[in-house]
Amino acid sequence: MQRGIKALTNHQNSDAGHQGDTKGVISVGPPASDDPERSTLTQSRHGDMLELAGSLNVWTLPQMPRRAPPQLSIAMLERLDTAGAWYLARARQQGSRLHGGSAAQASLIDTVAKALPVADDVPAPTPRLRRALAETGRNVIAALIFFRELAEYLGRFLAAFWRGIRHPPQFRLTSLIHHCEQTGLRAVPIVTVMSFLIGVVLAFQGATQLQQFGAEVFVVDLIAISVLRELGILLTAIIVAGRTASALTASIGSMKMREEIDAMRTLGLDPDMVLMLPRILALILMLPILGLLADLSGLLGGAMMSWITLGISPPMFLSRLSDTGVGNVIAGLVKAPVFAVIIGVIGCHAGMKVGKDAESLGRMTSAAVVNAIFAVIVADALFSILFAEIGL
Amino acid sequence: MSAANVIEVRGLRTQFGDHVVHDGLDLDLRRGEILGVVGGSGTGKSVLLRSIVGLIRPRAGSISVLGRDVGALSGAAREALERRWGVMFQDGALFSALTVRENVEVPLRAVPGLADADRRALAGLKVSMAGLPVKACDAFPSELSGGMRKRAGLARALALDPEIVFLDEPTAGLDPIGADAFDRLIVALRDALNLSVFLVTHDLDTLHSCCDRIAVLAEKRVLTSGTMAQMLQIQHPWVHEYFHGPRARAAMSSRRKGD
Repeated sequence: MQRGIKALTNHQNSDAGHQGDTKGVISVGPPASDDPERSTLTQSRHGDMLELAGSLNVWTLPQMPRRAPPQLSIAMLERLDTAGAWYLARARQQGSRLHGGSAAQASLIDTVAKALPVADDVPAPTPRLRRALAETGRNVIAALIFFRELAEYLGRFLAAFWRGIRHPPQFRLTSLIHHCEQTGLRAVPIVTVMSFLIGVVLAFQGATQLQQFGAEVFVVDLIAISVLRELGILLTAIIVAGRTASALTASIGSMKMREEIDAMRTLGLDPDMVLMLPRILALILMLPILGLLADLSGLLGGAMMSWITLGISPPMFLSRLSDTGVGNVIAGLVKAPVFAVIIGVIGCHAGMKVGKDAESLGRMTSAAVVNAIFAVIVADALFSILFAEIGL
Repeated sequence: MSAANVIEVRGLRTQFGDHVVHDGLDLDLRRGEILGVVGGSGTGKSVLLRSIVGLIRPRAGSISVLGRDVGALSGAAREALERRWGVMFQDGALFSALTVRENVEVPLRAVPGLADADRRALAGLKVSMAGLPVKACDAFPSELSGGMRKRAGLARALALDPEIVFLDEPTAGLDPIGADAFDRLIVALRDALNLSVFLVTHDLDTLHSCCDRIAVLAEKRVLTSGTMAQMLQIQHPWVHEYFHGPRARAAMSSRRKGD
């Protein structure tokens, strides 16, 4: 009578419990375990009728045929969960007929059928090319918006600065000093050590190259020009971008997240004056000082290494150094305030763009660091071209 | 363990340092009931919930869930038990990097052999059963309102059709209409899925409208438990104040009008 028997179970030994009866094969599984993961489902086929027994739940759902058969009997089904009911409800929608089932099971299937998302609610997938084009367009727009917003934040900073000059009582001196300590004083050890090591490396590398021409003494020019003009201030700016841009974004961003910035506005405090102005101003004041310290310790490292490897004594180093001119120091340090504004504006902007979730805080913090470092290097390149043109 | 109880807590003692939160706490959750757990702030309602699901290790006492001792389980047995309960935390505790649908798919990924399309469809079904519109599926948690996040958290808790659902203040911070809809959703889901619900709440309307029994946490233990009618007879000052205060009277009279 039965044409095909398909007994699928999660556990091999459960087949032992199958018994026959007059209608065909109905399986009586092992005593139903109360653990749904170990539940078993038995399917037996009678023509186009599929008879289910045991549990039809999310764990046994993968055993069901992808296309539901035209007739389904659930009279022997002991357990049914929403995943099983979803299968049956979908089968019924596709034209299968369900037979049997308790009142509770029927009501569960009806509940699920009511909750089934309507097909036309789901948007049709757009073609890949169009999606790629749309994505590119969105990215371009986002980049343009980013630049516009940076300009806006720069303007807001300048406006706040002007307001601070015109109305000194509104200016927060305590905050400025606090941020000077945070971004300036606290960064002194890392900046000086780094620059000292750069000086050492330059002297060492330069010495081995210049010795080949017998031009050891030019190592002083090498160190002086590269440290004073470029490396001292650039590496300081990069370190400060890493330290301070991330700190700006994190502190402003977490205030944004907890609606503190909105609270500030309702209390009549201007976030530009309270948050942005002291932070960016502290950077502008501190970065040249840090750059100068970096220059000094870079020269110190270079002088020490020249003395050790090439025997250039410190007085000789100094006299040679004075020949290179003070123009290099000026060309280096004049860039510092510009770098400071770039780092500060990018950091504050990223902080203000933090959304309500913690994830956006992390994303904006890392974006602030990357953007600030990149922008500093781009600005440095522009300065190089400018100085070459004006002959500084 | 009685067959009718899905959770049995006996002699529970929890403490943090010197601070004893629970001492000799007994609690039962019966199959198919909605148990409301109430208590003043700091009486350890959420701590009790966390102890039962094993996030906090108790100092003494036993907690058995579905006949298994939570503290003694390890490895696979524990994971299997965890898949038989669902927990909805206060603010949904959704994974912020995933969309709502992906959040609901997370527990479904434990099912071996489940096709991707089926998993997506089932997740969509749970989201819809939790009363969220279809378009919420592709939204990130940060784009949702507080009430929608709670519903999404409920959808994730229900993903594997658990037998027990723990709800931590499901209606806190919702407007009265949203809270009422959530109450009705909990009862409807309990009826459809035969859930047992452990519900921590402060909301007197919720206690009136959906809880079968109420357990009052006070003096470091379950002071008393029973139906709403029984609670109204208790003479303990805190319990009396709680169930006879002005807010309680308002909740009760609105319930009568509703009936």
